[in-house]
Amino acid sequence: MAEISSLRHAVSSLVRDGDVVAMEGFTHLIPFAAAHEVIRQQRRDLTLVRMTPDLIYDQLIGMGCARSLVFSWGGNPGVGSLHRFRDAVENGWPVPLELEEHSHAGMANRYVAGASGLPFAVLRGYTGTDLPLHTANIASIVCPFTGETLTAVPALQPDVTIVHAQRADRHGNVQMWGIVGVQKEAVLAAKRSLVTVEEIVDRLEPVAGQVILPSWAVTAVAEVPGGAHPSYTHGYSERDNDFYVQWDAISRDRDTFLAWMKENVLDLERVGATDGRVP
Amino acid sequence: MTLAVDVEPAQPWTADEMMTVAAARQLHDGAACFVGIGLPSTAANLARATHAPDLVLVYESGCLGAKPDRLPLSIGDGVLADDADAVVSVAEVFNYWLQPGRIDVGFLGAAQLDRFANINTTVIGGTYAQPKVRLPGAGGAPEIAASCREVVIVVRQSLRTFVDRLDFVTSVGFGSGAGDRERLGLRGAGPRVVITDIGILEPDAETRELTLTHLHPGATVEQARAATGWPLAVADEVSATTPPTEEELRVLRRLEATKSTPVGVT
Repeated sequence: MAEISSLRHAVSSLVRDGDVVAMEGFTHLIPFAAAHEVIRQQRRDLTLVRMTPDLIYDQLIGMGCARSLVFSWGGNPGVGSLHRFRDAVENGWPVPLELEEHSHAGMANRYVAGASGLPFAVLRGYTGTDLPLHTANIASIVCPFTGETLTAVPALQPDVTIVHAQRADRHGNVQMWGIVGVQKEAVLAAKRSLVTVEEIVDRLEPVAGQVILPSWAVTAVAEVPGGAHPSYTHGYSERDNDFYVQWDAISRDRDTFLAWMKENVLDLERVGATDGRVP
Repeated sequence: MTLAVDVEPAQPWTADEMMTVAAARQLHDGAACFVGIGLPSTAANLARATHAPDLVLVYESGCLGAKPDRLPLSIGDGVLADDADAVVSVAEVFNYWLQPGRIDVGFLGAAQLDRFANINTTVIGGTYAQPKVRLPGAGGAPEIAASCREVVIVVRQSLRTFVDRLDFVTSVGFGSGAGDRERLGLRGAGPRVVITDIGILEPDAETRELTLTHLHPGATVEQARAATGWPLAVADEVSATTPPTEEELRVLRRLEATKSTPVGVT
């Protein structure tokens, strides 16, 4: 059974220094509020895993939480570069960042293998590219039935996966819909999981295209309305496209970035509705 | 009263508009098209709004048969999910739909492109570990380039993008030439056409080297050569691209205008 928890308590008990942490959400349902709590609790030496690092990992990287990044596309969607990510890679600021770089197909399959309890996944991928020259976790494998050469990538098994969803019931069963990305696979692949939700309700009314994560497959649920901002929650909020554009200027300069993070994250306690009720 | 000077009238469209219109025309009605964000998405939506109403738009966020009524601002824009035929997981879109060869056309951009239409979107300059410029990386492109039945590339042509040697091979076009795709076991046919703001290039039937086959109105072979970082192959007969029609321009501009329109809660 998932524990219904405050965000602060959930992050404090589930995310540890040195952990492999996946925060997923494909443009939609990105768990920003939880990431901000990780930043406030000053976690260090994290291996951050995410297909599309986005602003959420730009912030974690710029605040010095990450030692390495496992990813497949690191940009500000529709805007341009992630400047904190680039500064870490190009200049080692604030700390050097190791990269493990994949394609989307490879990352998605790594989560599937993790969720399936398999050591690796097989796909037709990466062939002829320079990625295998720099990423040790890409290998060739011969099909034992046809003799065809295919590509193998190891399972992803994060210490903790964090995602955002529309809602949960009071037992901790989670319901999400719209673009569901790799959230289900990422949660099932992880040793521990935290789901932040827009609201906790008595009963989960069925919705077309829904994905359900049963309570017993989730470690903790925290009610955090607006917890995906500046990304969006289908049916609850729209994507704050202006903020994605503004982030370009905020993140370009180290001091501007640090000042923004102090004012909007470090000095701001974003608390879920259940904060204070559960230790 | 002065006599008008006899000059070519300014074209009532931009080079980017010509490029987008030319790219849209490459998409046939009823085809399934794997669409990246930016220029490819604009072109694919222009095609759907003009000559190809039954074009099937597939986005890597898992939206199959998306029917956006405005240009999506990101690959995971909610408008893509709203009226899609199906919304599936990211693993499913790559494994069940792209990998087996169900997608007709892959639509890609590039930061660097070489004469065999190989693409770099990873790093520029320096080394991989310490690059001069760190780009976003691969995303879905390596497998789109490998597995779609064919690939259309849209990229602005300049010495910065059209380079003699890529700093990193992110996605394979024709490798080092004829026979390479077959040798690598890539199952799609590879790039069919490269659309730029100057003209159109197509791979030579034998060597697979990109060859200039069309020039957009007002563009010259000299201009194309000057924007290419290798000795550009030019077809014996270079055709002129048909200028954008009023209808194409009207629809394109209407689509572009939707980018800044605020959207309500879905």
